[in-house]
Amino acid sequence: MAGVDQLNQVFFDGVAEGQLRIQQCGDCGAYQFYPRVVCKLCGSEHVHWTVASGRGQVASFSVVRRGVSADFAAPYIVALIELEEGVTMMSHVVDVDPNQVISGMAVTLTFRTVGGADIRPVFIPASKS
Amino acid sequence: MDLANVAIVGSFETDLGIVTDRGPMALGVQATLGAIADAGLQPSAIDGLITCNSLVAPVMYHAEATAEYAGLTPGHCLSVGTGGGTTYTALRYAAAAIQTGLATTVVVSMADSMRSFMTRDRAMAVQSSSGHPQFEQPYGPTVPAYYALIARAHMDAFGTTEAQFAEAMVSSRAWAHQNPTAQYRERVTVDDVLASKPIADPLKLLDCSIVSDGGAAVVLTTLERARDLPHAPIVLKGYGEGHHYEHISQATDLTQSAAADSGKAAFEQAGIEPADIQLAQLYDCFSPALLIQLEDLGFCDKGAGGEFLASGVTQPGGTLPVNTHGGMLSHCHPGNPGAIFGLTEAVRQYRGAANQRQLAHLEHTLLHAQGGIMSSHATVILGREN
Repeated sequence: MAGVDQLNQVFFDGVAEGQLRIQQCGDCGAYQFYPRVVCKLCGSEHVHWTVASGRGQVASFSVVRRGVSADFAAPYIVALIELEEGVTMMSHVVDVDPNQVISGMAVTLTFRTVGGADIRPVFIPASKS
Repeated sequence: MDLANVAIVGSFETDLGIVTDRGPMALGVQATLGAIADAGLQPSAIDGLITCNSLVAPVMYHAEATAEYAGLTPGHCLSVGTGGGTTYTALRYAAAAIQTGLATTVVVSMADSMRSFMTRDRAMAVQSSSGHPQFEQPYGPTVPAYYALIARAHMDAFGTTEAQFAEAMVSSRAWAHQNPTAQYRERVTVDDVLASKPIADPLKLLDCSIVSDGGAAVVLTTLERARDLPHAPIVLKGYGEGHHYEHISQATDLTQSAAADSGKAAFEQAGIEPADIQLAQLYDCFSPALLIQLEDLGFCDKGAGGEFLASGVTQPGGTLPVNTHGGMLSHCHPGNPGAIFGLTEAVRQYRGAANQRQLAHLEHTLLHAQGGIMSSHATVILGREN
């Protein structure tokens, strides 16, 4: 994929192993996502990888009715997921009736093919896991 | 630094809406030369040119290529790229160039042709490419979906309703109905908006801005020089910027934007308050963006934007006219230049040339635009010469 460097390759290697890898600062302890060479909170370069629990909640979401391209069959649910570690990532909520999704809903990590191409971390309702 | 020694002296809009006989560069050049003529100047008087690159036909040296095409030989060329916020960022750079002596007379010019010179699929792909390439775009978010995330968060936090978001288009069309240059002029009701095609819940088609062709330009110079030119000078009184994040997944608060920072800075510099504004030309790319700007710029309390919009104050006859040209929801939205028509309309209002839309009293105008997904904010306050 375009723009993947050695740093975020670690993230994609994690996906291949069924892990959601995020970073934690060795100095201030803050978690962050997306991956960076420095801690965005304290500037430390002592940033290491850790595996997220995979538990989180829907911070906000939209049921996309007109897909971005032919690779994305509408409807699909684009969501911002706040992980239990405190970081937020964009993802999909899957295996759910779009009318049943609400903000604050507990979700759990899984992996699916997204946009007809790569395997990505996505989320399902925690009640289904 | 005091901005009040810089004035807008020329303004020009090309044909707007669906324009097939010329592309972005030709439109930008037409706007540039039109604004210079409107200012009563010769092209040789221009020593600065600031442009915004085209999304449809980008060129490596955009301002320089525009100058070359127009036959200008300015001493200062700059292409600015802050997405939808470019108009007012560019205006600030023009003012700064004049204040610091880099230039004396500067044109800010931009145009694009998203409607006629790009397929719908390509336009969608280009616009959604503002998402993070590895961590957002792979999930297929459309631009309406990004703003839908903000709309949903506002509904959850403050009880804002879809009917209140719909008031943005109702207000926009009420103004556009009176503007012959607006691309869409038919009045709509809240029910029309609610019944329009679902795009990205909770946003419907009529919560979204239009896609257009067109360009515009303005000329700025020192207030001293402005006094010798045909039009009464319109003075830059205040400016502010704010940048909290670029990608929406990095926002720490989806309902509170950096418009609060840029607005505060602009009001402080101008030495006035929101109650002193008679015209607000805001960035209405999507209905929730307009609603949140009304809050963050201080026109109503945080969380009260839905109620404020639904009260009709932004419509003709209201106490805070917003986007009297029709805004990007109805008038013209060719891409990144979208906000410049809020500026050229303000110039028209100051000159008393806005026909049925003319405001009876206009001292201070607030102009605001933002790029990204409520990311990069710029605010300008205009006034008359004291």
